Amino acid sequence: MENRPLEYDYTVAKMFMLTTILLGIVGMLVGVILAFQLAYPGVNTILGSGLAEYTNFSRLRPLHTDAVIFGFTLSGIFATWYYVGQRVLKVSMAESRLLMFLGKLHFWLYLVVVAAVVVSLLAGVTTSKEYAEFEWPIDIAVVVVWVIFGMGIFGLIGIRREKSLYISIWYYIATFLGIAMLYLFNNMEIPTILGTSAAGESGIGDWYHSVSMYAGTNDALVQWWYGHNAVAFGFTVPIVAMIYYFLPKESGQAIYSYKLSLLSFWGLMFVYLWAGGHHLLYSTVPDWMQTMGSVFSVILILPSWGSAINMLLTMKGEWQQVAASPLIKFMILASTFYMFSTLEGPIQAIKSVNAIAHFTDWIVGHVHDGTLGWVGFMIMAALYHMAPRVFKREIYSKSLMVSQFWIQTVGVVLYFTSMWIAGITQGMMWRAHDEFGNLAYSFIDTVTVLHPYYTIRGIGGLLYLVGFLMFAYNIYKTMSARSVEESELQNASPMGA
Amino acid sequence: MLRLWAHKEKDYNMFHWLEKHPFFFAVGVFLVISFAGLVEILPNFAQQSRPVIGTAPYSTLELAGRHVYIKNSCNACHSQLVRPFKSETDRYGHYSLSGEYAYDRPFLWGSKRIGPDLMRVGNYRTTDWHENHMKNPAGVVPGSIMPAYGWMFTSNADIDTAYAEQLTIAQFFSVPYNKPVPMKDGSTKIVKMGSSVADANALALAEAKIIAADMKDQDVKDAVAKGEIPEIVALIAYLNSLK
Repeated sequence: MENRPLEYDYTVAKMFMLTTILLGIVGMLVGVILAFQLAYPGVNTILGSGLAEYTNFSRLRPLHTDAVIFGFTLSGIFATWYYVGQRVLKVSMAESRLLMFLGKLHFWLYLVVVAAVVVSLLAGVTTSKEYAEFEWPIDIAVVVVWVIFGMGIFGLIGIRREKSLYISIWYYIATFLGIAMLYLFNNMEIPTILGTSAAGESGIGDWYHSVSMYAGTNDALVQWWYGHNAVAFGFTVPIVAMIYYFLPKESGQAIYSYKLSLLSFWGLMFVYLWAGGHHLLYSTVPDWMQTMGSVFSVILILPSWGSAINMLLTMKGEWQQVAASPLIKFMILASTFYMFSTLEGPIQAIKSVNAIAHFTDWIVGHVHDGTLGWVGFMIMAALYHMAPRVFKREIYSKSLMVSQFWIQTVGVVLYFTSMWIAGITQGMMWRAHDEFGNLAYSFIDTVTVLHPYYTIRGIGGLLYLVGFLMFAYNIYKTMSARSVEESELQNASPMGA
Repeated sequence: MLRLWAHKEKDYNMFHWLEKHPFFFAVGVFLVISFAGLVEILPNFAQQSRPVIGTAPYSTLELAGRHVYIKNSCNACHSQLVRPFKSETDRYGHYSLSGEYAYDRPFLWGSKRIGPDLMRVGNYRTTDWHENHMKNPAGVVPGSIMPAYGWMFTSNADIDTAYAEQLTIAQFFSVPYNKPVPMKDGSTKIVKMGSSVADANALALAEAKIIAADMKDQDVKDAVAKGEIPEIVALIAYLNSLK
């Protein structure tokens, strides 16, 4: 038998790397525009008042969240799956024409859905539910794309050579199942064409319009079970899948503890789904559900920190690599931000803290230290690691990577510190009473006071975007950089000066 | 090495087995992740959202206005949930009750207050106030960072879709249109739903005329006089209904 490594086929991985970068730029650019609109409302009419409908804050906001979640992050998840999957299962996509076809179909259908989403959100076609804004025709397309993704996952697993599933695969499987369950239940809606045709009057109004199956409090409950766990299965589970593969691979270190991996995985699976109730504290949702949401959020620290600590201890005795390699820097900072964010979240889920934090910018800050610091850094690190291997070139510039790292780190720090101050300031001002028991501030007082923090946040976001453009440039130049001589790269990725 | 518990390798046999059997692994994951939903989410569906007394379904025009609200993601910046704190009830009125949302599909609680809560905005703002405010927020509230919504004065509301939604919710969720609904003062109120598209448009127009009478914008008044309903009129009808 020949003793040579398998030739993996990265065609689909490359396609999704492209959309990761493109949609990342779009989503982050829109984010920066939104940030400056809050600091300087004139930015709402950035393309003139004639186009104000399409450039104002409220119309753009879902576009930002969906572009970074379903554009940037999901593309990153797909790109890494089509890379990691083959390698840990020891089977090439090229070995199955069906899987290759499904992979490409997956990509092109995904692009079609992305285009439909952009058009519909700009046109204001939305169900209003956060991260589930799409109307039913797009929902159906999303389900089709997801099923194809699932067929790809289980197809590849079906023809694998390595019998035992590596940890990353556990997390990818969970991502697939979790999102499928959440998305289906939260988007249960009745198209109005069903209602009108039953009444004998078909063709009234917009054909794509629908009504949620759930009303009021029930709708809120399902939405935040979804909303919270979309974070779980979009921003946590698949990103953990990435770091479990890329950190050991890049550093040459074995995962610190199998036990810790087990505890973290099954713990995360069980605990995460309970915690959605923390989005609904002091709402009209039954009290015991709120309390469960609060309690399980605190318990969630355990499996979250389990993974993060497992990652940090994987570097035990090899910390010089963090200083030497910007790629390791990205991943170590990502797991540090993961620890930070998964401690901050439970704190905000404590009822008395939530009374101040809810509805304020502190929540926005929390989301962003998780997404910018953990998700963003990890996906960029993954793509940096993949680039030399899929393009067979060394990474174009190490020094560019280092400057990018610091620019973005400063950006994230500016972002969350300013949002902490803004959130707590506003939360305290809302509840302040004067000596006679009257409200101390009118609402607008609590808005104008935020101007400096909104400005700082905008700058923080801008720095992150600049860093992301540096990343995009670095990857682009990598495609024409000096070629790598080794046929199969081990560990540390080669980098140009 | 960190020892969480002192087990031997054979104690992991179950996990090792699972990791070699992807189907059972996936089933295991699915059972574990669906558990919380079954225990925590489902029970609330046993008791249907029942409306409190005084909560009526949305009229055609109000529903069209609600669609304008959703189309422009007003819920991105405004909540509709008054929490049971003194500071909130002082500012916005009575804290929210579950039954008040019985006809809200989707719910519009929002997650961020860039602007104030609107749960009961109909109690303390008028048609006139909204008209000026939507045209130029900072002119009404100095320092406001809310953008202007000028296009709502020129583009028309979609009454047909609102009517289609009424037909749908009356049929699938038994929303009581054309039926008496109890009010707080002991009286009853009947929210009418048209018997045809033309009828629904006529009902909405009748409501729109009442709103337009309190507005100053001549173009809007002219449009309503011609039988059109600009988005702003529908939106204000909706906002006025929030009490």
